[in-house]
Amino acid sequence: MQTLLEYLSYPFVRNALIVAVLIAFCSSLLGVTLVLKRMSYIGDGLSHVAFGALAIASVLKVTNNMLIILPITVVCAIVLLSAGKNRKIKGDAAIAMLSVGALAFGYLLLNIFSASSNLAGDVCSTLFGSQSILTLKQSDVNICLVLSVVVVVIFVVFYNRIFAVTFDETFAKASGVKVNFYNILIAVVIAVIIVLAMNLVGSLLISALVIFPAMASMRVFKSFKAVTVASCIFSVFCALAGIIIAILAGTPVGSTIVACDAVLFLIFCVIGAISPSKA
Amino acid sequence: MALISCNNLTIGFEDRILYRDLSFEINSGDYLFVIGENGAGKTTLMKTLLGLKKLIAGEIKVESGLKLTDIGYLPQQTVVQRDFPASVYEIVISGFAGNLGFKPFYSKAQKKSAIENMEKLGIADLKNKCYRELSGGQQQRVLLARTLCAASKVLLLDEPVAGLDPYVTEEFYELINKLNREGITIIMISHDIPAAKKYATHILHITDEPSFNTKQQYFSEGHGADFAILKDNAN
Repeated sequence: MQTLLEYLSYPFVRNALIVAVLIAFCSSLLGVTLVLKRMSYIGDGLSHVAFGALAIASVLKVTNNMLIILPITVVCAIVLLSAGKNRKIKGDAAIAMLSVGALAFGYLLLNIFSASSNLAGDVCSTLFGSQSILTLKQSDVNICLVLSVVVVVIFVVFYNRIFAVTFDETFAKASGVKVNFYNILIAVVIAVIIVLAMNLVGSLLISALVIFPAMASMRVFKSFKAVTVASCIFSVFCALAGIIIAILAGTPVGSTIVACDAVLFLIFCVIGAISPSKA
Repeated sequence: MALISCNNLTIGFEDRILYRDLSFEINSGDYLFVIGENGAGKTTLMKTLLGLKKLIAGEIKVESGLKLTDIGYLPQQTVVQRDFPASVYEIVISGFAGNLGFKPFYSKAQKKSAIENMEKLGIADLKNKCYRELSGGQQQRVLLARTLCAASKVLLLDEPVAGLDPYVTEEFYELINKLNREGITIIMISHDIPAAKKYATHILHITDEPSFNTKQQYFSEGHGADFAILKDNAN
């Protein structure tokens, strides 16, 4: 406890905690929609794309790599979403191609152009998250803050429509909801979240932040609102617990958070299975 | 003027025409059964009517004041919905999502009307229940209540009784019949010839040469006459 308080007196630790909470909160918001729309794989694919984009950014030596990563990931989100409806190239196959391709090219680029002496270490930390969350600049924290607010506002304002589109696309379309627009909106927001979350857990582990909270709360709660709220709490709790354990035990931040998610998910499974009005 | 009039519709997909020159009219208060074999193009016709698919040829005219989005659609249930974590109320009120305009949230009037529609269909006591825990018949009522929120003049039901047991099916037909007597125009896609005989006012039989008749015409001549005989033999 003493050590923890000592750590908390450092501003960089406080920054890391703030960013972790924001990212965990945002990523869980759309998790339910993503899981229910059978779109979890898009999140996974996008995270690989974000890695590729990061490689491009570092080769180009852009100081603020967000400027490159964010647009590329958003464009890919829209492309993937439309590919999902294209019957000629199967949607899931298209995503697999794009994501593995991005991963390969990303590593290749880094390998050819990187001046770093510890390439393997660099790549590993982008994929699995590094301690970089502990070295955030104030500007990173600000970007994260602004994007999180944007994500939350979009989610709240369009909550009812997102629900309608998630539950029944055909019906929503027939009753005059602009389904395609909302699908693209969802994909764009996901892309933003993934880029944000790459700081926290690394690009390979992002899907965990999106999917675990949603899957866990769906097992226990019975209304869409309750599931959404529960998955936010779940996600924030795991992020905090994970980051504190990581600081105290010196484990990698990203994988500790995801491990917390997985353990809590199992606990929720048990609760869901023994609760009397089982779904 | 008819509520909806369709003139010389060509129905199908870009690379495959299912049938041509389909003309029919639906008047306010009608109860139209659309019957035909699987793959004949019943659902495709409905999607065209709703504006979900592009019309290949012909024209659909609706009475002034009615928009295509005023047709309430009850689609076939999807796999995703069967284990969807949402309360009955959340689903019913989502029928208003298309009428939100620029507002982010539902109005008081919409909330009240959602409750009224649930009462009308006898599911008000299920309000906070989870959708995936309901029986097939109850789920179908929830979706119907949602459809009533979206549109109160014309309902278009796509095989609403598929997968329901005979008793629940009968109950559901009675419910629809009640709505029809209250003045709601019904368009129903179904395989159920006996039900068509019992409830319909008009029948649209979809084949590669579709026929549109009143129920009396249909069962005394044309395709329906065969069914009439079958039915009599069975008795």
